Amino acid sequence: MTGFVSLFQAAVVFGTVIMFGSVGETITERSGNLNLGVPGIMYLGAIASLAGSFFYENSVENPSPILCVLIALVAAFLASALGGLIFSFLTITLRANQNVTGLTLTIFGSGVANFFGGSLNTLAGGVGQISVASTSAAFRAGLPLISGGSGVFSQLFLNYGWMTYVAILIAILSQWFLSHTRTGLNLRAVGENPATADAAGANVTAYRYLATCIGAGISGMGGLFYVMDYTKGTWANDGTIENLGWLAVALVIFTTWRPKNAIWGAYLFGILYWAYFYIMGLTRASQEIFKMLPYVVTIIVLIMISLRKKRENQPPEGLGLAYFREDR
Amino acid sequence: MDNAAAVAKKKEPLVRITRRESMKTYKSVGIRLIAVLLSLIVSAFLIYSITKVNPLKVYVSMWNGAFGTARRSWVTIRDVMMLLCIAVGLAPAFKMKFWNIGAEGQILVGGIATAACMIYLKSLPPWLLFICMLASSLLAGAIWGLLPAVFKAKWNTNETLFTLMMNYVAIQLTSFFVAKWENPYGSNTVGVINQTGREGWFPSIFGQEYMLNVILVMVLTVGMFVYLKYSKQGYEIAVIGDSQNTARYAGISVRKVVIRTMLISGAICGLSGFLAVSGASHTISTSTAGGKGFTAIIVAWLAKFNTFTMIAISLLIVFLEKGAIEIASQYNLNDYVSSMITGIILFFILGSEFFINYKLIFRSREGGAR
Repeated sequence: MTGFVSLFQAAVVFGTVIMFGSVGETITERSGNLNLGVPGIMYLGAIASLAGSFFYENSVENPSPILCVLIALVAAFLASALGGLIFSFLTITLRANQNVTGLTLTIFGSGVANFFGGSLNTLAGGVGQISVASTSAAFRAGLPLISGGSGVFSQLFLNYGWMTYVAILIAILSQWFLSHTRTGLNLRAVGENPATADAAGANVTAYRYLATCIGAGISGMGGLFYVMDYTKGTWANDGTIENLGWLAVALVIFTTWRPKNAIWGAYLFGILYWAYFYIMGLTRASQEIFKMLPYVVTIIVLIMISLRKKRENQPPEGLGLAYFREDR
Repeated sequence: MDNAAAVAKKKEPLVRITRRESMKTYKSVGIRLIAVLLSLIVSAFLIYSITKVNPLKVYVSMWNGAFGTARRSWVTIRDVMMLLCIAVGLAPAFKMKFWNIGAEGQILVGGIATAACMIYLKSLPPWLLFICMLASSLLAGAIWGLLPAVFKAKWNTNETLFTLMMNYVAIQLTSFFVAKWENPYGSNTVGVINQTGREGWFPSIFGQEYMLNVILVMVLTVGMFVYLKYSKQGYEIAVIGDSQNTARYAGISVRKVVIRTMLISGAICGLSGFLAVSGASHTISTSTAGGKGFTAIIVAWLAKFNTFTMIAISLLIVFLEKGAIEIASQYNLNDYVSSMITGIILFFILGSEFFINYKLIFRSREGGAR
């Protein structure tokens, strides 16, 4: 039982990172933009939150937790939305290819983040690695009143940092937005068939810009959660965020472009990813084979949806295609 | 000007965008050069704001980092060849509009196959071992490319996402073999394979360690150029890339060509894994591909599938990487600065394509469109 509890806990923390990433990317992809820059955007969000709180914590004696959280959130959102803006400007206004631009954004984001993550402290005149203990503590605080229990139910569901629940809330809100609001339906129309949406009066450019920038902002929260909660306010140049970013892209497929499925899908990915740790008798080599699971499962889902051809499970029709009104 | 014209003029947007029919070569090259120059200026500002060092000095030390000594020049050339090889492999797939994002994985499985030959077949005579490594790396890469192609051809499974996932399956597979072959035990690296006997290492030609890499990749570059431009199969690829319906109408079997092209594409990417393991690092790790599979996508795309243009772009990117690593070590920064600069330069080049393909028409003062 304790084995399962700790597996589940690891899966939830892991899953929250990719849940943010994938919900943001879902919104972007629903507008028809296939942004392969998610890892880069998560990197940007991570480093911006870290840098913002680093400078704040270093400039005052007693950092106030609320300000710590606010600064980190705003910095992460702005930096990752800026990444989305670069992508939008290049692909929508300058009509560059989406795949290539996205991959460039990933290279750029990982470069920026690992560069500053590795040398921010040195540049600021400090010694050793960067660490933002106060902000991290503020992010890892549980929900007031309900968290802190010691029963199995509390341990399984209630004792996480508050951002875990924000992720679920954002997933639910995004699902509601996409399927129950006029703007959300318009957004999907833009992603399915931009020419028709344009004819119906939707401003394709505006929808795509906004969806990409806001989607990127949400994805960036995954990076923030990773540095503040997962690694407790420190930085390591080990490329984990990039792997998690690609998993977030995988999760978008797994959820068949529905944010509500990301809630359980993300935790399932977490369980699949950590399963090797709890299976007895694995050698170090065979553990690596187990870590393939999330990707293999995603490939299977991808194949299944193309085999079954259920219309509501398909990727948005216009995904990855640029729209120019003049081109017919 | 009558009233209607005035209204029409008011409604006319300030800038209109139209597609250019064609552009003179010197102009398009000029635009790209301006883009590179602009990006270097932006990067220079960035470097200055971080290091407070004269950016010109920085670029001089970048040059030294890439070409400062004969040894460095050869390492630069070796890495250019590696990147070029992958880009050449990707060219046919992209020309067909098949988004093979999976080069990273195809390189790794090619590398695993090569390393396996080096470890298990080292008693073979050198020429036979060489053929085994070559064949197995080609085969491994081809299989990795074949899987997504079959599903794309038969059920129209999204190849961008499929090949992307295959990368991570390959990375885990590499980790598996690294753990299996680790040497010394507990180091979690394979170490240099066959350090003493050098079995399976590329031989020196004309006294140059990396000459064989150059020869192999140059043959591929020329071959791929001819294949795409002058062969019937290359023509079929071009037709499918432009319009699948046209291809079907012309009696081309789209399925067959998709599968055949991805076999070629995957095989060449697998071969670059052979170059990386046998011709360069003599070891295998998850960083054997090290993001080159992704960078090569950008190289292939920017070169518009012209394999000779790819040489120039690969050279630019590798030069920047080497240069940035040199700056990093001189000024005590970490070498991720190279990814940052590469990213900025690629953003500018991507953006500049717009000015080559499209024309901006400003609203004229006299009223009415020109």
